[in-house]
Amino acid sequence: MIKTLAAQIKEFKRESVLTPVFMILEVVFETLIPFLMASIIDDGVEAGNMRHIYIVGGLMIVMALMGLYSGIMGGKYGARASTGFARNLRQAMFEKIQTFSFSNLDKFSTAGLVTRMTTDVTNIQMAYQMLLRMCFRAPISMICAMAMAFFINAQLASVYLIAVLLLAVVLFFLIRRAMKYFQMAFPKYDELNASVQENVSAIRVVKAYVREDYETDKFKKASQGIYDIFLKAEKNVVLNMPVMQLTVYSCILMISWIGAKLIVQDILKTGELMSLLAYCMNILMNLMMISMIFVMMSMSMASARRVGEVLCEESDLTNPEEPVYEVPSGDIEFRDVDFSYYGDRSKAVLHGINLKIKTGETIGIIGGTGSAKTSLVNLISRLYDVTSGAVLVGGRDVREYDMESLRNQVSVVLQKNVLFSGTILENLRWGDGNATEEECRRACRLACADEFIEKLPQGYNTYIEQGGTNVSGGQKQRLCIARALLKKPKILILDDSTSAVDTATDARIRKAFADEIPETTKLIIAQRISSVQHADRIIVMEDGRIDGFGTHEELLENNEIYREVYESQTGGSGDFDEKAGEA
Amino acid sequence: MPGPMGRRMPRGKRIENPGAVFKRLMKYVTKNYGVHLVIVAVLILVSVLANVQGTMFIQRLIDDYIAPMLTSDTPDFRPLAGAIGRVACFYAIGVASAYIYNRMMINVTQGTLRNVRDDLFSHMQTLPIKYFDTHSHGDIMSTYTNDTDTLRQMISQSMPQMFNSAITVVSVFISMLVLSIPLTVVTLVMVAVMLVVTKNVAGLSGRYFLQQQKDLGKVNGFIEEMMDGQKVVKVFCHEEENIRQFRELNDALYHSADKANYLVNIVGPVNAQLGNVSYVICAIVGGVLALSGISGLTLGELASFLTFNKSFNMPINQMSQQFNSIVMAMAGAERIFKMMDEMSETDNGYVTLVHVKEENGRLVENPKRTGRWAWRHEHQADHSVDYVELKGDVVFDGVDFGYNDDKMVLHDVRLYAEPGQKIAFVGSTGAGKTTITNLINRFYDIQDGKIRYDGINVNKIKKADLRRSLGIVLQDTHLFTGTVMDNIRYGKLDATDEEVVAAAKLANADGFIRLLPQGYDTVLTGDGANLSQGQRQLLAIARAAIADPPVLILDEATSSIDTRTERIVQDGMDKLMKGRTTFVIAHRLSTVKNSDCIMVLEQGRIIERGTHEQLLEEKGKYYQLYTGNAIAT
Repeated sequence: MIKTLAAQIKEFKRESVLTPVFMILEVVFETLIPFLMASIIDDGVEAGNMRHIYIVGGLMIVMALMGLYSGIMGGKYGARASTGFARNLRQAMFEKIQTFSFSNLDKFSTAGLVTRMTTDVTNIQMAYQMLLRMCFRAPISMICAMAMAFFINAQLASVYLIAVLLLAVVLFFLIRRAMKYFQMAFPKYDELNASVQENVSAIRVVKAYVREDYETDKFKKASQGIYDIFLKAEKNVVLNMPVMQLTVYSCILMISWIGAKLIVQDILKTGELMSLLAYCMNILMNLMMISMIFVMMSMSMASARRVGEVLCEESDLTNPEEPVYEVPSGDIEFRDVDFSYYGDRSKAVLHGINLKIKTGETIGIIGGTGSAKTSLVNLISRLYDVTSGAVLVGGRDVREYDMESLRNQVSVVLQKNVLFSGTILENLRWGDGNATEEECRRACRLACADEFIEKLPQGYNTYIEQGGTNVSGGQKQRLCIARALLKKPKILILDDSTSAVDTATDARIRKAFADEIPETTKLIIAQRISSVQHADRIIVMEDGRIDGFGTHEELLENNEIYREVYESQTGGSGDFDEKAGEA
Repeated sequence: MPGPMGRRMPRGKRIENPGAVFKRLMKYVTKNYGVHLVIVAVLILVSVLANVQGTMFIQRLIDDYIAPMLTSDTPDFRPLAGAIGRVACFYAIGVASAYIYNRMMINVTQGTLRNVRDDLFSHMQTLPIKYFDTHSHGDIMSTYTNDTDTLRQMISQSMPQMFNSAITVVSVFISMLVLSIPLTVVTLVMVAVMLVVTKNVAGLSGRYFLQQQKDLGKVNGFIEEMMDGQKVVKVFCHEEENIRQFRELNDALYHSADKANYLVNIVGPVNAQLGNVSYVICAIVGGVLALSGISGLTLGELASFLTFNKSFNMPINQMSQQFNSIVMAMAGAERIFKMMDEMSETDNGYVTLVHVKEENGRLVENPKRTGRWAWRHEHQADHSVDYVELKGDVVFDGVDFGYNDDKMVLHDVRLYAEPGQKIAFVGSTGAGKTTITNLINRFYDIQDGKIRYDGINVNKIKKADLRRSLGIVLQDTHLFTGTVMDNIRYGKLDATDEEVVAAAKLANADGFIRLLPQGYDTVLTGDGANLSQGQRQLLAIARAAIADPPVLILDEATSSIDTRTERIVQDGMDKLMKGRTTFVIAHRLSTVKNSDCIMVLEQGRIIERGTHEQLLEEKGKYYQLYTGNAIAT
């Protein structure tokens, strides 16, 4: 998984290598400069030697400039490598998701995909920058200081070594405990977000039932939960500080005591003792830094895993090796089709479907919720693959076609449809990028969308907000139909696409279809009998099987379900409802 | 806790008045944690002073303790041991106070975050529906997450760090002044240079950070929109176009993020090296001064001064590094306060809903549920109290309404609903059906006209009581995370299990609930994602049933259910509607045929009214809608 992610570094390999190099250079200058500082005091100021001050001062400024250069370059490459890496990750994920089939998409939730591409990528970006800038710098700085200490006096330096080992063990345990709580905290955090979201989207229900206080109490409990768990986690983190300070101070005092004895015994020089004390801070600060890197890395691992999941997901629908690009006609045939969503035969949603539909026919599909009407039509444009059997369009198995060609000829208006932010024209042109305004108008006329569009102040240039929130449900449905019509498809599928359109308009749309696009095969899924009763033939679905297939009259005659639905909706005199009302 | 009106933050991307935001934030933190902060400040002072003791010990170690021993024949280690013991005590005090103040800051930080969230949420509950209509849910969410998170870093790290650094700077500055005024001036000049550089770099990076936030917003928005519509993208083979558009946005984000991060990264090295330059200049100037003997500076003093120069630059460096997190926190705080300053729903109502029973032909208030309600109307003039029995008599008199003042949605709507009647609204989408019901429960306030409820102007009724008297089943059912039982009980929080089951039976929901894996204890998540639309609808009806409200509003309650399921739902609803004033909105005419009165709406006006038969005879719009097929054939 790390490999999958690392592959996205791509053109930023150079920066990724240069960042640590410059950071290490900066460390080198950082370690050398204190030497020069000491030299200015010892040999320059105390000896009253101005020349020495000039020379060493000049040298120090040169070093400072070089250090500055390394620091700036390290910062520059670090920023570029990490933000570039993040860009590549986002791009790779986005492109990957574009290849996903419907069943791949069903596996990830929309919100899940969004967080992976936003928050998770940002986490990885920060961790990667930290890794490049600090991961080499801190250990090397520590090793340098340690080496210098040993060079001066091995006996005293071993005090540091013991301190470092001790501290490392303690920090390790503290951080591990803190991590445990942090990991417990993240799901709680998600829960809190979910509860805010739930409240915001259901605010009308909350207000209608006057449950504001109840909701606030519920929320306060959740937010108290987060408070408690973060407190536990941070309590462990905050212990790092005194442990670390205690170690530093003990080292200083021990070195002072032992150092004094060594000086008196003439084994150690006073200047050397001062240097040793200076390195003490350096070593332990770096150890602290390493432990922080460790925390950040392990926290971002969760994000890395989630991003990796998307990148490793393979689309389960692939184009055939030698695809067919022409769809000859709008004939549809189902041959012994079984279908289940997860390839699990025991949970099949469609059983033994056999169907033959001729070009230009209008087919109505009716059936209760969960009777698999949508599943049936989704197989035609190969949004899912059949589990067994075959679906044929224009006399060929859909799996032989180039997917894009097939979907351009089989236009589906989905049940859960979406308009995108942009003008009405831009939205319509999703169907055909080169459509002229005249063609767009015609499509809208067919879908009976022209009447309301022309009443809008900006007409076809009206801006649709994200999710189409500024048009009503019925208007949205008609725009979606117009958009699908612009493909000039051989097969048009309307999946309950006029449920929010009033009966009269619905009838006009159907009439326009019959008059203007007679060559197109039309499949209409509907709840309203009136939407399908004038179709050439009607399919009655029940529990994933075809219960009846015939004209309105035939079905009235010999299909019980159809008759029942018909009566409940029209009922001749309409007294069915009244009876129900008194029951 | 709405803030005073005068302090409302202006809209805009830039922080208009960071000082005011900072002051308000400090006030917010100190409101609950004032004592904590005072103790923390004292402890920081103690730990800084303890540290200074330690540093001074190291400086005197050689001169005062080791040097004398070198010259004596019998070195006496006792003074050194004593000094180490003393310093150890100082260190212990320093460590202890550092630990305590850090530990306290956790409480302050997490507690403040919790309070911010709680205050935001409870204030949000009071906001009018209009707020939720005009703000994207994503933006509201990010106030709770991103914006609140920016405060964490600032409160837990930046604030103590700044205070700590400030104390160090002041104490070192005084010491420097004592040693040498000219050198202090030199050091100050260099610090000024550092601050100017930091300010410029940080200002520039701040600009790129804002740009990055903007670009990030665009990328996030695009991702959200496309992930939501991914299936449509597939159906229209729009993948490549999408990738192209995304690449543009993504590249823009990369460029601004790159620059912003680059500039932040170089602030540290630039200041560190400027500090080194400052050191060298002081050494040279000091050397010249000391050797020429002009200012009376000794070489020993110069050595000490140089050490101070180093410890003066460090805290200034640390402060400048906190700059970015403070800028981000200010931006976050601004958005948080903006939401807290949003105007709550106004409610000047004083008429309340009470349980009553009848005694000697008079209505008497009763603390317990009696099945009868009355409006308790306390007259403002003489404080006399009237009880008006709740019957469900709703009158609209010449009501005009628009979501915005410049565009009216309803014009001169008049309607009379007698108690117990079933009133239906029909009409094409956008005709204003839902709007009317939103006015009865005062989700929105009308521009002109009057709405009376049992003869009382609804503006005089307390909103909570008004809404409690109305049961609503909405077109979009919303269920909450929790068990089926909890969801039904939402209508009446103190309902017993038996009452819940009875309500479910009334709504014809009992049957399917029993078939769920855990029956009534089945946990629903994600707005009841594991239930079918029809089942969700049934639960929503059961929820309304248990509340047992005198008036019901059913807004397209069965629109997305297939007809066979609808019949079951309808059956439940009919039982529920019995004896209650009911407003029904539907576009499926079969559901409204048996209403006492049907109103046909078109473009915000009632154009026809009457019973089903009357309207058919009129052969107007209703006739057309009802016999829609006739036109097609």
